[in-house]
Amino acid sequence: MNIRLFVLSASFTALAGVAFGQGLSSATLLKQPTDNWPTYNGDYSGRRFSPLTQINSSNVHTLSLAWASRFAPAAGSAGATVPIKSTPLMVNGILYFTSPNNVWAVDARTGRELWHYEYPPNTGSTIGNRGVGMYGNWLFFESPDSHLVSLDARTGKLRWKVQIADPKLDYTPTVAPVVIGNHILVGIGGDHLDNPGFLESRDPETGAVQWKWWTTPRKGEPGIETWPDEYSSSHGTGQTWIPGTYDPEQNLYILGTGNPNPVMAEKSRKGDNLYTCSIVAINADTGKLVWHFQPSPHDTHDWDAVQTPIQFDGVIDGKPRKLIAQASRNGYFFVLDRTTGKNILTKPYIETLNWAKGIDAQGRPIPDPAKYPTTDGVLVSPSSNGATNWPAPSFDPDTGLFYVGTSRPYAMFYLTDTDDHPEGWGGRDTGVGGDPGALLAIDYKTGNIVWRHEWPSGNGVTHILTTAGKLLFTANGTNLIAFDPANGKILWHTGLMAALSAGPITYLLDGKQYLLIAAGDGLYSFTVNQSAK
Amino acid sequence: MKAWCYRIMFYPKSMTLLLAVAAWAQSPSAADNSNAASAAAIAGSKENPAAVNRGAKLFAANCGGCHGANAKGGPGAPDLVRSVLVLDDEKGILIAPVLREGRPNQGMPKPNLTEPQIADIVAWLHVQTYAADHRTTYTFLDVVTGDAKKGQAYFNTTGKCGSCHSATGDLAGIGKKYEPFALQSRWLQPRGARGATASDSPRSAIKVTVTLPSGESVSGTLDHIDDFNVSLFDASGEYHSFARDGATPKVEVHDPLKAHRDLLAQYTDADIHNVTAFLVTLK
Repeated sequence: MNIRLFVLSASFTALAGVAFGQGLSSATLLKQPTDNWPTYNGDYSGRRFSPLTQINSSNVHTLSLAWASRFAPAAGSAGATVPIKSTPLMVNGILYFTSPNNVWAVDARTGRELWHYEYPPNTGSTIGNRGVGMYGNWLFFESPDSHLVSLDARTGKLRWKVQIADPKLDYTPTVAPVVIGNHILVGIGGDHLDNPGFLESRDPETGAVQWKWWTTPRKGEPGIETWPDEYSSSHGTGQTWIPGTYDPEQNLYILGTGNPNPVMAEKSRKGDNLYTCSIVAINADTGKLVWHFQPSPHDTHDWDAVQTPIQFDGVIDGKPRKLIAQASRNGYFFVLDRTTGKNILTKPYIETLNWAKGIDAQGRPIPDPAKYPTTDGVLVSPSSNGATNWPAPSFDPDTGLFYVGTSRPYAMFYLTDTDDHPEGWGGRDTGVGGDPGALLAIDYKTGNIVWRHEWPSGNGVTHILTTAGKLLFTANGTNLIAFDPANGKILWHTGLMAALSAGPITYLLDGKQYLLIAAGDGLYSFTVNQSAK
Repeated sequence: MKAWCYRIMFYPKSMTLLLAVAAWAQSPSAADNSNAASAAAIAGSKENPAAVNRGAKLFAANCGGCHGANAKGGPGAPDLVRSVLVLDDEKGILIAPVLREGRPNQGMPKPNLTEPQIADIVAWLHVQTYAADHRTTYTFLDVVTGDAKKGQAYFNTTGKCGSCHSATGDLAGIGKKYEPFALQSRWLQPRGARGATASDSPRSAIKVTVTLPSGESVSGTLDHIDDFNVSLFDASGEYHSFARDGATPKVEVHDPLKAHRDLLAQYTDADIHNVTAFLVTLK
């Protein structure tokens, strides 16, 4: 492990030395930066916790707008009304963010646009785009028509684009690439058709494939025994549409995978269906699977387990442990040992769960076959939208609490494809009600909910940021709200012109801490009014 | 049904396989049940409906014997809905050559089809992939599987439905007004909208009373509520909006449909199917 670290840091130093004056060195990503937000989750841990304290619980009541700007795609273009779902990166005073087919660079001091790149019109899905990855002066994002596109961050000019999947297969490429060393880690989404899922590593200079890991096994590979045959496995999907987290000590990229296909018609895919709905640890240099844990064996409800698996070090039964935790879309909170993938804790975080018969010896929920979709419908909670979804959770090391935005929806799950060879979704669910949901603070040691804030309206599945300033930022509808992360007390709020649409970020710029919010087609920069020196 | 049997020559592995091929070819249900392309899928695919209909018959007669009448494949013959060639195709550029020449080296003989027939089959195949790809075009199947008598008993006893509803009053004729799937969806969630909760609509059925520290109180139809504001329309249609700060002012929300939401945690699936079966009888 020490050797590994040495090799990594040596190569990173060399890289930083050669290349990039104003760009982003890969070595920066190994630190916990406060003057940058250089990767999707701010740092590799996925905690979305900032050690900054300039904005804090004592002065948050003075938090006020520094600037707000709108960044709308061309009117009438595909996806023009899709909100900014990307967590912006902030590197050297410049913000980089996306909406489908669009990338912007904006001066973080003023909100002024430096450049706006528009990808050529295409027929790909514009459901969302979750942002760019950055390496040196190069930016990387995914196009709706399944290309990895690289831009020069200084100019917004296209460097190259490479196809990552057949554009005609209706994948939904939305994930923000993650940069680890000289690897651009690229996933993909989309379960409309029964296309294979994958994670791949691309070369930052050429876009060439360094390695590719299929999320479902092929003939002879471990896990193939969890499918009827190679055919069902190779059409079993398991997409990779949310960035994972990275443990530099083990050189493991740990991410969640999506649901199996056909989504709701399970007849042709009996078995656990590895590695769908799984948390998988992949060696970042080789693309080899090191360990896995499956939150939803044999899923039939579209409960992707892609939610950010957050890494932190904690204490379990008096012993220090390297942990990773996920509040999964299926309604269960999981804590694993991130060196082995072994389960430490499994506990439901919504009370309405009704689809499992219990928890097995490995800590996995046991799906109740009576709740597989049927032609006349079965009532299940949560709905296919899940108890949570892709919006970013957060872990605050000061409180030791895991925060997640949740809801408690019910749906009727209907099987529509009774063929022995179902296709695509093979069924649908229709929502039949539920509650707006709650912001939850979960104790990782017990899975107990330490505090909750029930929302009077809206959708409780929303993004979270915590800071060492004893603050938790999240939103309910168009209300941006600061909570005390220790007890759930509301400390501050303000109204936005649209609902929060991406994870809030924070950084120091010119010695001043800013909170940056994406909502709809707007960015909002907030700071505290400091007394004159 | 005319079905090619060349597959047998290429894959004479076992008698079981032969039987399987025969069963596949002869099963009429595959074509006309579950995922038979809906009108919505035909419309969405922008293919000519007449061509699609002709294509369905041509496919069943000429291709279905091996690929299945629904194109989902058969032993040794690929699933064409998952075929990358079919998915990549536009206007038959990729499919037509295969239909003209066959793939003799892969066991598919040259079909005997005219160019218009090939175009019809291409149109039909495009609808199949479109249909699989777009779940909003999927057709719901029969939801009337329950026992109407048990449903009636649940309605009158366990479910306490009778405390607000009457089979001969507000629900009279409900089985005539809605087809069964819509009926099941609507009685489970009368408000209708997917995931609807506290509504932002002035037409909401949700009532609210706001009591100020002074003791003054305003009641009406809920317009909006969050942690920082509550607004309502009073009986005269006048709009009122109040800032909220924790427990001040006092806000009491009365949602007449809360009982329906609470029942979601109590129904068994059999209860649901039985109640639907009962309500369907209320013609």
